[in-house]
Amino acid sequence: MNEVTPVETSAIAAVDPSCARAPVGMLCELTHRCPLQCPYCSNPTDLERVNTELTTAEWQDVMRQAGELGILQVHLSGGEPTARKDLEEILDAAVKAGLYTNLITAGVTLTRDRMMKLAEIGLDHVQLSIQDVDPENADRISAYKGGLAKKIEVSQWAKEAGMALTINAPIHRQNIHNVPRMIEFAIECGAGRIEIAHVQYYAWALLNRSSLMPTRESFMTAAKQVEEAREKYKGIIVIDMVVPDYYAKFPKPCMGGWAKQILNVTPSGRVLPCHAAESITHLQFDNVKDRPLADIWLNGDAFNKYRGTEWMKEPCRSCPRKEIDFGGCRCQAFALTGDAANTDPACSLSPMHEEWAKVAEVESHSTPPEFVYRRVGAVKVTVGGA
Amino acid sequence: MSIGQYAKRERILITGDCRPSLPRFVKMRHDAGRGRWILLAPERVFNPDEIAVAVLQKCDGKRSVSDIADSLADEYKAPADLILKDIVDMLQDLADKGVLNAGEPAQNQAAKT
Repeated sequence: MNEVTPVETSAIAAVDPSCARAPVGMLCELTHRCPLQCPYCSNPTDLERVNTELTTAEWQDVMRQAGELGILQVHLSGGEPTARKDLEEILDAAVKAGLYTNLITAGVTLTRDRMMKLAEIGLDHVQLSIQDVDPENADRISAYKGGLAKKIEVSQWAKEAGMALTINAPIHRQNIHNVPRMIEFAIECGAGRIEIAHVQYYAWALLNRSSLMPTRESFMTAAKQVEEAREKYKGIIVIDMVVPDYYAKFPKPCMGGWAKQILNVTPSGRVLPCHAAESITHLQFDNVKDRPLADIWLNGDAFNKYRGTEWMKEPCRSCPRKEIDFGGCRCQAFALTGDAANTDPACSLSPMHEEWAKVAEVESHSTPPEFVYRRVGAVKVTVGGA
Repeated sequence: MSIGQYAKRERILITGDCRPSLPRFVKMRHDAGRGRWILLAPERVFNPDEIAVAVLQKCDGKRSVSDIADSLADEYKAPADLILKDIVDMLQDLADKGVLNAGEPAQNQAAKT
């Protein structure tokens, strides 16, 4: 049986041309509000304010349009999506649109009643983040007290309601020593899946890179531990790993290819090919308030700009891997080379690769500076944004 | 930290006696836009082929894997033992990916060999 994940493609028997080209998944950042302040947050450093957020009706319309377009899965994310008091109403529209629903949450503000209500509406999957399995370290990383104990409760409610449970563990220099314990923690919680998600260095994480970058040795140790755990816990828990590309030979197939499998809607309704795309400052993004979702996906400038392989330069253009990794990440190429059409420096074929890999080597062996916590106004010079 | 009840989970082993079903959070439906069947699961979309669809539609938690194999052997005019082996392999793969309930007796230790 073929498995389609965001990093794999499959032959699709096309019937409706626009549906056949539809993304598999839609990531909805319902809000950028969050009680946690994790220094690796994937939100842009220029956080969107509450008064710019889409209304309930607008989000519900996004869900209906997504279902019609042929999108299969919706990820209700944030910020902290449960900060929206109308999460239930948005979820209800997603369920009615036939979407497979996933709540990506830190869990700390959830109650049992609300979890049961979400399950009753039809929530399929809860993806619960942890910052560490040592409570003190988890508190320090998230700048939030007592989070871990609350997350354990939330995990048990998700199980009780019969929903799928994933533990999402962002990994970095300050918790990488606990990878095996995180996997055991996820098993004890009853999770069917854990993401050992090495932090990707964009936005807040780029700002905090020198506090977060693990050494190559500790990364290799963690990777080996994951391999061993996969064998040991086969059939008990699925372990997915996101690799830090500073230590990879080839770049990651970012988003499974630009504008190929996934789209992202920001709190204010801007539609992006990936959650970091606004860091490419010359791109213009359409808003669901102005243009139908299908039209944006199929014809929007930002989506067409790097879709497929036509835009590629050398060494990507003639590379046999160009349909495998799509030249890596456009945002990283832009941030580090000034041109988003260049090869991602994560690729060993990039002329900038050596210089770039050295950054990780140097930073991971230096004393880590204090975190710049994720909060509104923490960063004066903003990256991207409208 | 003690959570308890899930700590001693065991791998599900599929045998002819299992009565498999899809968990609440796994959904099989026809994807009209792409003209195919899909199995929706956490962060995964599976493309079951025609035989897999036929098997999964019979996974109702009541019929055993052997029953399903017999019925398909009849339907496709194929040897039941061969079909049983194929089905067990397929369902084991899905169970290992966390998208199948095995039903009694496989979830206790009785079916372990």
